[in-house]
Amino acid sequence: MSESTDSSKQLFGYVAEFSSAADLYHAAEKVRDAGFRKWDVHTPYPVHGMDAAMGMGKSWLSALVLAGGITGSCVALFMQFFTQVNLYPTVVQNKPTNLFTLPAFFPVTFELTILLSAFAVVFGLLVFLMLPRWNHPLFESALFRKFSDDGFIMVIEARDPRFKKEKTREFLETIGASQIEGVEY
Amino acid sequence: MADSNTDQTPVHPSEAEGIAREPLVLNNRSMGWITNQICGIVENRQPMVWWVVFVPSVLLFGLLVFTLVHLVSTGIGIWGNNQPVAWGWAIVNFVFWIGIGHAGTLISAILFLTRQKWRTSVNRASEAMTLFAVMCAGIFPGFHVGRFWMVWFLAPAPNANAIWQNFKSPLLWDVFAVSTYFTVSVIFWYIGLIPDLATLRDRAKTFLPKFLYGFFALGWRGANRHWRHYEMGYLLLAALSTPLVLSVHSVVSFDFATSIVPGWHTTIFPPYFVAGAIFGGFAMVLTLMLPVRKLYGLEDMITAKHIDNMAKIILLTGTIVGYAYIMELWVSYYGANKYESDAFHLRILSGPYTWAYFCMFFCNVIAPQVFWFKWSRHNLWFVFIIVNFVNAGMWFERFVIIPGSIARDFLPGQWGDYSPSWVEKLMFLGTFGMFLMLFLLFIRFLPVIAASEVKGVLPESDPHYPEWKRLREKRREASEA
Repeated sequence: MSESTDSSKQLFGYVAEFSSAADLYHAAEKVRDAGFRKWDVHTPYPVHGMDAAMGMGKSWLSALVLAGGITGSCVALFMQFFTQVNLYPTVVQNKPTNLFTLPAFFPVTFELTILLSAFAVVFGLLVFLMLPRWNHPLFESALFRKFSDDGFIMVIEARDPRFKKEKTREFLETIGASQIEGVEY
Repeated sequence: MADSNTDQTPVHPSEAEGIAREPLVLNNRSMGWITNQICGIVENRQPMVWWVVFVPSVLLFGLLVFTLVHLVSTGIGIWGNNQPVAWGWAIVNFVFWIGIGHAGTLISAILFLTRQKWRTSVNRASEAMTLFAVMCAGIFPGFHVGRFWMVWFLAPAPNANAIWQNFKSPLLWDVFAVSTYFTVSVIFWYIGLIPDLATLRDRAKTFLPKFLYGFFALGWRGANRHWRHYEMGYLLLAALSTPLVLSVHSVVSFDFATSIVPGWHTTIFPPYFVAGAIFGGFAMVLTLMLPVRKLYGLEDMITAKHIDNMAKIILLTGTIVGYAYIMELWVSYYGANKYESDAFHLRILSGPYTWAYFCMFFCNVIAPQVFWFKWSRHNLWFVFIIVNFVNAGMWFERFVIIPGSIARDFLPGQWGDYSPSWVEKLMFLGTFGMFLMLFLLFIRFLPVIAASEVKGVLPESDPHYPEWKRLREKRREASEA
C-alpha cells in the first residue's frame, strides 16, 4: 500500500496480516521451513506453541535469574555475618554472635534472594528483548499496529539473506496472508 | 493431525459436551471487543459514580496528610502511645492493610502456577489493590518508629555512629519482607502491564497519552521473539512470588510469635496469618470488583463463575482461619502455660475485648459458611454483604490479637484498657481515602483487566482451534449418518 518511490528510503520489510492465530501458526511453520532468519510474528497475546512453529528453543532467562538468586543469598549472608559477627557483635535475645546465628538470618536471606532474582528478571528481560526501544520502523505501519488489538501479524525483514522483493511478497501471499504492506525507513 | 477419524479423538475442552467448562469470556466476544471494552474505560469519560467516590476519597487523603503533618510537627506523643498498649490501632491497621495486600499476588502467582485461567480477568485489579494496600500499610510502622526522618536507620547503611541493625530481630525481618514484597509486586504488575500499555499507546489519539503510554510500554512490539522471554520471565516471577507471598505474612506474624507475650507466643501464627491474609485479601478484591464490574459493563469477562470461585476460596480460607481460632483455644486450654490459658480466658470470657472476639468469630468463621450453598455465591448483593463482614472481621481479628493481648500482660501493673486517640482514628480513616483514591486513579488511567491475557484464554486463541472445530463437524456428520 505505502510503497512510495521515495529513493531516499529503503524497504525495511513486509508486514503481512493473517486472519487467525491458526493461520499465522501454520504460516510460521512454512516460513521457518523456507529458511528465513530475520522474521517474526507479532500477536496480541503469546500464541501457544509458536516457539516451536518458529523453530526457537527455550528461553535462558532462567539461568540469569538463578545467578541473580545466588547473588542475593550470598549478599544477604555476607551482609548479616559481617555486620553481626565482625563489625557490631551484640548479644540480644540470647543468640550468639558467631556463625551459629544462622537460623536467625534465614528470613532476610530468603527475602534478598527473591529480590535479586526479581531484579534479574526485569533487567534480564530488558537486555534479552533489547527494550526499551521507542522508535522502530514498524511503528509507521498502521497494519502492524493492529498487533496490539486483534491482528495476527508476520514481518519478514529485508535484511534477511533470502529476502527478494517480489518473491517474498508472493511467498507471503501463498502462505495465506490476507493483507501485505511494505514498510520503509 | 486433523484427519484421524474416530470417535475416540480427544475433544477440545471448550467444545466437549457434558464435561465442557464454562467459557471464561461469555457471549463469544471477539478480541477486538475485549480491547474496546477494556481500553474504553480509560478513553471515555468516567461515570458520575467515579466522581462521587473520588472526591470524598481525595478529601480523606487530605485528612491523612494533615494528620501526619500534624503528628510529625507536634511530636509522636499525640499519637497516644504512652500507655501500656503501645501497639494499638497503628499495628492493627498495618497488619490489616498488609493482609489485604496478599490476594493480588496470590491470584497472579499461585493461580498462575496452578494454571487457573480464570485469574486473567481479575489479576490486574487485584495486583493494583495489593500495591495500594501495602502503601497504606507502610504508613503505620513508618511513622510509628517515632522520628520519621530517621527511618533510613532501618536500612543497613554505614553511619557515623558505626551502629548496625540487629538482624536477629523479627522487626528488621519485617522491613525486608514488606519492602521486598512491595518491590516484587510492583515488578510483577508492571511486567504484566507492558502489552496492555502498548495497546493503549497504539489507540491513543492525542499527544500526551501517546507519549506517556508509549514511554511506559518501552516500545513493546508483541513479537514472538519477545513473548518467549516474556513468558519465561512471567513464569519465573510467579514462581518467585509464590513463596514470597507466603513468607511476608509469616514474617509479620513473627513480630508477635517470637515475643513472649501471652496470646502472641504461638507457633500456629504463620500459617494462620497467611490463611487470614488471603481470606481478607479476596474479600477486598470482591468488594472492589463487584461494583467495578457492574459500573463498567465487564460482566462478560468477570463472570458469575469468577465470583463463584473467589467465594469458594473465601469459604476455604475462612474455614482454615476458624480452625486456627479453635486450635489456639484448645492449645491454651490443654497446654500447661498459665499465662496462655489466662490470656485466652480473658479473650473469650471475661476480658475487656470479649465483644471484639465474638464479632471477629461471627464475621470470619460463621458468616462465610453460607458460601457452601450455590445460591449464596450467585446472589451478588449477598456476596457483597458477606465479604464486607469478612473485611470487618479481619480488622477485628488483628484488634483482638494486638491490643487484646497486651492490655492484660504478665503483671497487673502493666494492665490498661485501650482507647484510640483521634490521631489513630483519622489515620485509619485517611488510609481508606488514600486506598480508594489510588484505586480510582488506577481505573481511570490503566487497563483494569489484563487484556492480553484475557485474549489468550479465548477458545480461538488456540492455534489448533480450527482443527478441533473440523473434528467436531466430522463427528457430527458421522453420528447423523
